[in-house]
Amino acid sequence: MTAPDATGRRLLPWAAGPAWFLAALVTWRWPDADDFPATNPLAALFLAVGLALLAAAALRRLSARAPWAIALGLGFTAWEIAQAKLLWLPRPFFGTPQDLLDVFLTDWKKLGDSLLHSLGLLAVGYGIGAGLGVAIGVGLGRSPHFRYWVRPLIRLVGPLPPVALLPLAFVLVPSGRLASEALLALAAGFPTTILTWSGVAAVDPAFYDVARTMGARTRFLVLRVALPAAMPQIFVGLFMGLGVSFATLVVAEMLGVKSGLGFYMQWAQGWAAYPNMYAALLVMSLMCTGLVTLLFKIRDRVLAWQKDGLKW
Amino acid sequence: MVTHRPLGLALDHIDHGYTIGGTFTPVLDDISLTIAPGEFVALLGPSGCGKSTLLRLVAGLEPPRAGTIRAEGAPITGPGPDRIVMFQDPTLYPWRTVRGNVALGHDIAGRKDPESVDAAIELVGLKGFERAWPHQLSGGMAQRAALARALVNDPRVLILDEPLGKLDSLTRLTMQTELHRLWRDRGFTALMVTHDVEEALLLATRVVVFSPRPARIIGDLTIDLPPHRHRDDPRLLHLRKDILVQLGHSADW
Ligand SMILES: Nc1ncnc2c1ncn2[C@@H]1O[C@H](COP(=O)(O)OP(=O)(O)OP(=O)(O)O)[C@@H](O)[C@H]1O
Ligand SMILES: [Mg+2]
Repeated sequence: MTAPDATGRRLLPWAAGPAWFLAALVTWRWPDADDFPATNPLAALFLAVGLALLAAAALRRLSARAPWAIALGLGFTAWEIAQAKLLWLPRPFFGTPQDLLDVFLTDWKKLGDSLLHSLGLLAVGYGIGAGLGVAIGVGLGRSPHFRYWVRPLIRLVGPLPPVALLPLAFVLVPSGRLASEALLALAAGFPTTILTWSGVAAVDPAFYDVARTMGARTRFLVLRVALPAAMPQIFVGLFMGLGVSFATLVVAEMLGVKSGLGFYMQWAQGWAAYPNMYAALLVMSLMCTGLVTLLFKIRDRVLAWQKDGLKW
Repeated sequence: MVTHRPLGLALDHIDHGYTIGGTFTPVLDDISLTIAPGEFVALLGPSGCGKSTLLRLVAGLEPPRAGTIRAEGAPITGPGPDRIVMFQDPTLYPWRTVRGNVALGHDIAGRKDPESVDAAIELVGLKGFERAWPHQLSGGMAQRAALARALVNDPRVLILDEPLGKLDSLTRLTMQTELHRLWRDRGFTALMVTHDVEEALLLATRVVVFSPRPARIIGDLTIDLPPHRHRDDPRLLHLRKDILVQLGHSADW
């Protein structure tokens, strides 16, 4: 059993390139069912991916990802045949791969601009929310006085979906951008606050005793004992906050900011430009997954001491 | 390495207790004890009688309900680096490596002294594990790391709560020798809780025996034996029997 298995594993990477060549061939030689844009560039793109995969196979960099590379190549072939060549589904709502590529080729500037706007808004809002969330969470976890005054406010405002405040925020705050940043901060801040609080409150008091007998002051106890001990929980809060931030971001862009990927998507819908919508959706999903990946990379670094093996 | 003068301690009519589930539980009952600078005092008593509690009070982590504790005449109002505690549980910080844990006292004091950190790690036999995370250590190794973390601080009083409780008998003998040597070389005052009567007799200059909870002092013996003791010394065996009787063993055992 092991011998054919091993051979299969050795040969599989070499099948990835040909799968994409097949997609290129079908795209290029089989006539389109309608007048689609960018058919030849798409074929060239498939060809380029196929060549890159062949090179990766030769360099032995493909082994674990080979099945996915093959499946994607075959998937694009199937999509190409079903929609571009046979036109099985009604056209404006269901696009072809070349429609999508065409959007990127013709509208990349506007898409890129929207992405940068979204990222900028997220970075400021989420950054402030996360920072404040950790600070407030530590305060709640350590100081009864702070807890007395702040806890009721958190309980009142925190559970409110930030989106519910959008209409009000756009009226009260003159700049739509500023209003959105504030709401993003709120979105990121609430989960971060609660989980930081819970993490700090759960710190083993013996950890404080050890440091105190060695002469540690409050500053050390907070920054070098409570914070690192609460870090696993804090990252759960940061992760949840990121999710709520994404949702808030999209709605804020659709309703008020008039820029960013959410706005682009709404604009595309208004013009019934469905391929543009799909393209924006793809960019947005890459942005979100990229940011989550970044957060997990930071987490793996900060929490290297943990034995858990969660892998994003 | 700077060696500080040892600290003398005076416990004066200490009472303490906790409220557990609404009812007050007395733990320490009128403890008075004067410890001269440089003494090595072993505390013996049944489990749950209040030994660790007494150490917490001496460390300054909690104020006693009644009575005063003085260090060199001045009342103890809080913890301080002159009285270093090795707790009953290792309580290593999981986010610090062994090396980082041992260097904790230095970090708090804002001092950099990697040589003494290395020396302490080597002393407890953890050389090669400097970069290990606490979850990668065995129970005994974690306890030795905690011992190293206490020792690097050059305390004037070293407070040890069953420091060698989790070690196998052979490692235990080595660590006992090391502890004794350190105490003689550096001359700190040592206050050590142990369940092992023989260990108390091998290391201490004085053994204090407590009653079951609430702890009262029921025995206070000066161990007048030479510093290099042999565990087969007939005087030591005799003392051991005395102490076991005080702890409640029948005399014909
Ligand atoms: N923080 C606390 N809150 C409530 N009760 C406590 C607390 N700490 C200790 N006690 C009680 O005080 C008593 C003495 O505890 P202590 O830890 O001092 O015993 P010990 O002599 O060190 O025992 P052992 O030898 O088993 O370690 C116990 O009955 C325990 O339940
Ligand atoms: Mg104890």
